[in-house]
Amino acid sequence: METLYLLIPLSVVLVFAIGAAFWWSLRGGQFDDLEGPAYRILMDDDSPPGVAGRSEVPVDSSPSPPAEPSGGDGRRSE
Amino acid sequence: MREAQSTYNYKVVRQFAVMTVIWGIVGMLVGVIIAAQLVWPELNFGPWLHFGRLRPLHTNAVIFAFGGCALFATSYYVVQRTCHTRLFSDGLAAFTFWGWQLIIVLAAVTLPLGMTTGKEYAELEWPIDILITVVWVAYAVVFFGTIAKRKVTHIYVANWFYGGFILAVALLHVVNSAEIPVTLTKSYSAYAGVQDAMVQWWYGHNAVGFFLTAGFLGMMYYFVPKQAGRPVYSYRLSVVHFWALIFTYMWAGPHHLHYTALPDWTQSVGMVFSLILLAPSWGGMINGVMTLSGAWHKLRDDPILKFLITSLSFYGMSTFEGPMMSIKTVNALSHYTDWTVGHVHSGALGWVAMVSIGSVYYLLPRLFGKSEMASVKLITVHFWVATIGVVLYIASMWIAGVMQGLMWRAVNVDGTLTYSFVESVKASYPFWAIRFLGGLLFLVGMLVMAYNMFKTIAGGRSVDDARVMQPAAHHA
Repeated sequence: METLYLLIPLSVVLVFAIGAAFWWSLRGGQFDDLEGPAYRILMDDDSPPGVAGRSEVPVDSSPSPPAEPSGGDGRRSE
Repeated sequence: MREAQSTYNYKVVRQFAVMTVIWGIVGMLVGVIIAAQLVWPELNFGPWLHFGRLRPLHTNAVIFAFGGCALFATSYYVVQRTCHTRLFSDGLAAFTFWGWQLIIVLAAVTLPLGMTTGKEYAELEWPIDILITVVWVAYAVVFFGTIAKRKVTHIYVANWFYGGFILAVALLHVVNSAEIPVTLTKSYSAYAGVQDAMVQWWYGHNAVGFFLTAGFLGMMYYFVPKQAGRPVYSYRLSVVHFWALIFTYMWAGPHHLHYTALPDWTQSVGMVFSLILLAPSWGGMINGVMTLSGAWHKLRDDPILKFLITSLSFYGMSTFEGPMMSIKTVNALSHYTDWTVGHVHSGALGWVAMVSIGSVYYLLPRLFGKSEMASVKLITVHFWVATIGVVLYIASMWIAGVMQGLMWRAVNVDGTLTYSFVESVKASYPFWAIRFLGGLLFLVGMLVMAYNMFKTIAGGRSVDDARVMQPAAHHA
């Protein structure tokens, strides 16, 4: 089973790579707001130009999206 | 902002979306043909249209042509809309489209001619493997380039799934396709014997996990909330789902090699990891379905939601069935029987095809300047025809599979086998006929979709002026 000498190190390297990606996203603030992003894709009206879009923002009993803890409105400064 | 930057690139999305339907029909037609060949063996015409050569054509066409085009189309759409920016490079995106179509055509030519590496789901010969690598690298550059120039800080969870899928497939393809060319059309694997088998199923199962699961979960996390008009049930859970899935997936492959020359402990590792996978899979399934919590009525008259939510039910079913079949004692009965074929199609037709079909129905009107598909009624027809098709398919394969397993292991008191192999073949005929019918129904559904698609395109216009939306502020 020499192939395990390839596959197992590969998995270990991969786990560290995934760990690094997780650490980067954690430190980068990707998980600071775990409610807002779900609502934000609904606010993006993607009905074609000239065709009236339906209201994408839920109007039923759902709670309103909480404010972002910090850093403005989630837009990226350039 | 330059003019070219102020619109989304819908052209490549449109091309891939249309080809999803076309390749779906081709791939499923080949599937129906080989299903018919099992019932009526006289349908095996010559070497080129023989079952042995058409079967890899079927799997390649449905997985990489149909599923691949669906993933390209939706990932390019989702990454642009959620990052609020145009694709990183229009030229490279066009290259991925034409390159991918060329690969599919080459597969459709070489496989019937008998040019094959013989590795399941990786049958294409080395020149095509190199082409796949080049196109895939271009895909990764376009996708991650778009993420890099995003206008919002947060990367929506669907993009994480798509990104994980793109990177994992690159790694799997490169490692498993390592081969030594002999001529232009023949090569031998760089690995031998049980080593080759282990690498092959490390690839094979992770292809299921990343190509056929992670990518389509990305699709699910965007199109289910969008179609339902509601946020995903728990965004937090979707993030946990992603990290749990990619941290634990890589070692499920050995369950394809139970009771073989593979060392026992490796088989057990594969079994344990397969069982662990039940948790993230069901977390994701529940997350998707519960998105409709409080709005179940939408399911009543929205056939696109019917497709999406039914696909999640099949995802839940097949991700329960999979870990169960990976248990060695269950596998002793199920392995090499039609139960495996039924399991695969519960995932492939029920989950992968249905979530793709739902997403493409969502996309088409938006890409062709319409408020909805030409006929919503026909989507409902498609849904029911497809669902009945899948149910007939998997139920017949369950019965045939368990029957085959029981017949093969039955022994008389004197230790001889009760049944010869051909007796189990004979007993399987009625179920193969039902499977053929189920597959045929699913194909008919795709033809209905194609008709609906062309009607929509005929009455619409190509949308190339969809302006990049400013990111919504948090209090909209």
